[in-house]
Amino acid sequence: MAKVNITIDGIKLQANPNKTILEVALENNIYIPNLCHHEDLVPAGVCRMCMVEVEGQRGQVVACKTLISEGMKVKVDSPEISVIRQTTLELVQANHPQDCNNCKQNNNCQLQQVTAFVGMNQKRFERMRKTKPFIEIDNSNPFFNLDHNKCIMCGICVRTCDEVQGVNALNYGQRGFNTIISTFGNRPIKDSVCESCGECVVRCPVGALYPKNTQIPAREAKTVCTYCGVGCNIFLGVRGDKVVSSRGDRTSIVNKGRLCVKGRFGYEFINHPDRLKTPLIKKNGKFEEASWDEALDLIAKKFSTRKKEKFAAFSSARVTNEENYVIQKFTRAVMETNNIDHCARLCHAPTVSGLVQTFGSGAMTNSIDEFYNTKTVFSIGSNTTAAHPIIALHIKTAKRNGAKIIVANPKEIDLCRHADLFLQQYPGTDVALLLGMIRVIVDENLTDKKFIKERCENYEEFINSLENFSLENVEIITGVPKEKIAEAARIYATNSPSSIVYAMGITQHTHGTDNVLAISNLALLTGNVGKESSGVNPLRGQNNVQGACDYGALPDVYPGYQKVNNKAAKEKFEKAWGVKLDNKIGITHTEIINAIEHGSIKALYQVGENPVISEADANHVKKALEKLDFFVVQDIFMTETAQYADVILPASSFAEKDGTFTNTERRVQRVRKAIEPIGDSKPDWWITSEIAKRMGAKGFDFTDVEEVFNESNSLVPNFAGINYERIEKVGLQWPCPTIDHPGTKFLHREKFATPSGKAKFMPLTYKVSKELPDTEYPLLLTTDRSLYHYHTSTMTRKVKGLRILDEEELFKINPEDAKLFGIEDGEMVSVKSRRGEVKVKARVTDICQKGVVSMTFHFFESPTNELTICEVDPVAKIPETKVCAVKVEKF
Amino acid sequence: MFYKTYFRQFTILLFLIFTVKIYKKQLINMRIKRLLSKENEAIANADVNLDLLNPLIEKYKNKKGNIIPLLQGTQTMFGYIPKAAFEKIANETGLKISDMYGVATFYSQFRLNPVGKHVIKVCHGTACHVQNAGSITDSLKEALKVNDGGTTEDGLFTLESVACLGCCSLAPVMMIGDNTYGKLTSTQSVKVIKEIRLKENN
Repeated sequence: MAKVNITIDGIKLQANPNKTILEVALENNIYIPNLCHHEDLVPAGVCRMCMVEVEGQRGQVVACKTLISEGMKVKVDSPEISVIRQTTLELVQANHPQDCNNCKQNNNCQLQQVTAFVGMNQKRFERMRKTKPFIEIDNSNPFFNLDHNKCIMCGICVRTCDEVQGVNALNYGQRGFNTIISTFGNRPIKDSVCESCGECVVRCPVGALYPKNTQIPAREAKTVCTYCGVGCNIFLGVRGDKVVSSRGDRTSIVNKGRLCVKGRFGYEFINHPDRLKTPLIKKNGKFEEASWDEALDLIAKKFSTRKKEKFAAFSSARVTNEENYVIQKFTRAVMETNNIDHCARLCHAPTVSGLVQTFGSGAMTNSIDEFYNTKTVFSIGSNTTAAHPIIALHIKTAKRNGAKIIVANPKEIDLCRHADLFLQQYPGTDVALLLGMIRVIVDENLTDKKFIKERCENYEEFINSLENFSLENVEIITGVPKEKIAEAARIYATNSPSSIVYAMGITQHTHGTDNVLAISNLALLTGNVGKESSGVNPLRGQNNVQGACDYGALPDVYPGYQKVNNKAAKEKFEKAWGVKLDNKIGITHTEIINAIEHGSIKALYQVGENPVISEADANHVKKALEKLDFFVVQDIFMTETAQYADVILPASSFAEKDGTFTNTERRVQRVRKAIEPIGDSKPDWWITSEIAKRMGAKGFDFTDVEEVFNESNSLVPNFAGINYERIEKVGLQWPCPTIDHPGTKFLHREKFATPSGKAKFMPLTYKVSKELPDTEYPLLLTTDRSLYHYHTSTMTRKVKGLRILDEEELFKINPEDAKLFGIEDGEMVSVKSRRGEVKVKARVTDICQKGVVSMTFHFFESPTNELTICEVDPVAKIPETKVCAVKVEKF
Repeated sequence: MFYKTYFRQFTILLFLIFTVKIYKKQLINMRIKRLLSKENEAIANADVNLDLLNPLIEKYKNKKGNIIPLLQGTQTMFGYIPKAAFEKIANETGLKISDMYGVATFYSQFRLNPVGKHVIKVCHGTACHVQNAGSITDSLKEALKVNDGGTTEDGLFTLESVACLGCCSLAPVMMIGDNTYGKLTSTQSVKVIKEIRLKENN
């Protein structure tokens, strides 16, 4: 792009066109006072503070809205400009309280900065001060306050809520002197559509919007957020041994400084008094405090008699890569079994099994920031705004850039407000819906023939399997009008680059693998894989679920997806670890629970999980856990599952240890220690290594995590080029085979990772879900997530504000169904399935379609998973937590 | 010593008296203001047939600058803009509900609460103000038992203060529906109300 020459105050500058005078000036460290400007937002030009003079133009122009042009000569100060600025400023100051020292924004206030620069006449503005009645501070939101009296009407919060967040909770209300920043109906912020993300709070130039509890930190540590798989980069602020603030890293490629409510305000759990601080040993049915030596020796003793098939381990998607590596090494090398799994089994196991068959690699094909240039985003089975808020922001930005958004979801989720097309299929009919779309694409000849011919195989066989998926049939199965299906297919096929986003709605089915295969078929057919901004993007749920899979916490693979039954891989790891390894594939999460119940597994080592709440058919899990001989739980809080343990070991949270997390886009990022471990807690890698050492094992003498990281990466070709030095500033995306490899932004550029190098079409048939509604259990229950809670909310419910924003489970039911069963909004109901009963508050809402009800699984008081069914996908062994039949009665 | 304490108390008393006076003055100034008064700021939500809005939404959907015609159409239909109508329009047109609220509260023509059958507009323009329009509003408030901007319990009257009705020669003036009543006294104004109420009750 040709640069434009401009002169500001006689200084010759070069800048890209399409920039404003203000932007160019600020970039070159020339200060022009401004109040309503923010680099993320479209200029509004409301504060009139950035007036400048341009040679050849009459009067003054607003620098923030005037684009630069060749040869422009700008004067940023003159006597006239000073007078204008001073008067404007005095009018602003006239109605601004003068108690700066008492203001949270003191020292950080743009109005102070501008006032210091421009100067003002105290007498002049005092005379103008309105005797305005004091407006009550809106303190309804648990995380921040809105003080209308300090507001200077710059509109940054209004524009942020619209342009950045796409929520539109705020706007100007009333008129003239009474104008205030108002929600709809001038209700308190908590009662509005506000998502409490706090983006407006961080942008407010004065102290009108200010956080309640956040304090100015004494020092900061750059780390990665522990909630969800997006992997936002944050700075944790620390005072002494307490985490007091969290802010987004604006230079981060992942989140660009943006955070959701959990990331910005949900750090309170770190210093919560309920944190486990000492090891606990159960004696006579009661937990008693013990020393580390006592607990570890007991564990070493008990574990050494329960090796091989008597032992299983649940690793965690919340702990670091290094810790997952140590735990799986412990299980394989010391306990001599491959019985290790983690909760990826309950979320994205079909992704791994499905995409490995078709593409050869089971991860997100593209990067998060590629959504900006995507033309079509097809979100299916993902409540993106609730479960991956920052990715949802990127999708909303894509929409602003002109992309089309198609949402397919049984529930009318929040993203539908931004969607061009919304397909509301019945839960569990995704294969039919996707193949219906594929059929339209084939019939209308919208396929990418060159791509199919050059890069795919098995196409003919696949085409022959489409016979049963005529639009009429698909309409009957899915309940989506055929015109809409055809329309979605056309948009997806023609408006490329197209990107598919999916999550649990696709995977948590008995035919989860089929769903994933159908998605990859759709992408292959239109050539929307292996290119920038177009691909198949499974959004991973937990902060390090990608990493836990990558680093081998799975029963069938060593780190880096090297098969345990592959002779070469086995020999490599035997040599590296200096032990004999078992080549038998271990059993999965759901199978481990069954094996415990049958008595074949005697000892369980569980790190950072809560299966009593998260596993389908939870009553079954409880029964099984009672049968264990020896059960060790390693966690940061006393969870519902920990109650069943024999020994509980206190682990450190993410803020107290070093390591790496791998986010959903395969980016390995550094987690850094912000505070010393709480109480007597220890990092998970230390605990597991100690157990191993006490069992006489060699190869666990790690002094720090970097050693673990280097050992693990030396064994995995795809991670060989990643080390701490390289990811110090920006994380690297694997595959990264050599030390000078830049990491891989998107996968399958030249060839697929399958043995033949070609992607494979998979013929499919439509299978119904295992348990559908009948006369006895007439409603279909599907599970969902809340924005304010994370997983079984062991962490989020320790944060007071998040508890206030989402205090209890809600049983969401369609108004027609509610009428039929005589249920009123807000009353307690009892929901029964063939496996259990849960008491919960009803919420009558039309976001659920008729016949479908929905619950989250965040609350232990109403454990939704006591209702769900533990039928599993034959390939991926994932339980079908998205579809089961229930009935509802008044309580 | 004693003298000093008394003096201080006396000054505080003086100060209080003055602030009350200033506050009263302010109240008078604030009288001429929009219909939406502080106490009923919440948006009313009554049972209205929202299906009536469908043709209107169809007509203005996807058109630029459609907020004002949509709000005007809604108000013509229901006499005010109910909360449910805001929500329906937002859902079906993609307009942002907070934007619509901003527009609706900006223009004094929009009402967010149902109005009575008869809207009483008492003029508080310069001429009427001089001719003691304040006492007319006060007596009507007392007679109707409503505040400025409020609606009577039986839904018959809404009392409203307006800036100028443009017939200063008749000051003080009020308008009820399309009828103008000039050269009023407070007793006369109350009488007019009584007559209308009598008519309505028969």
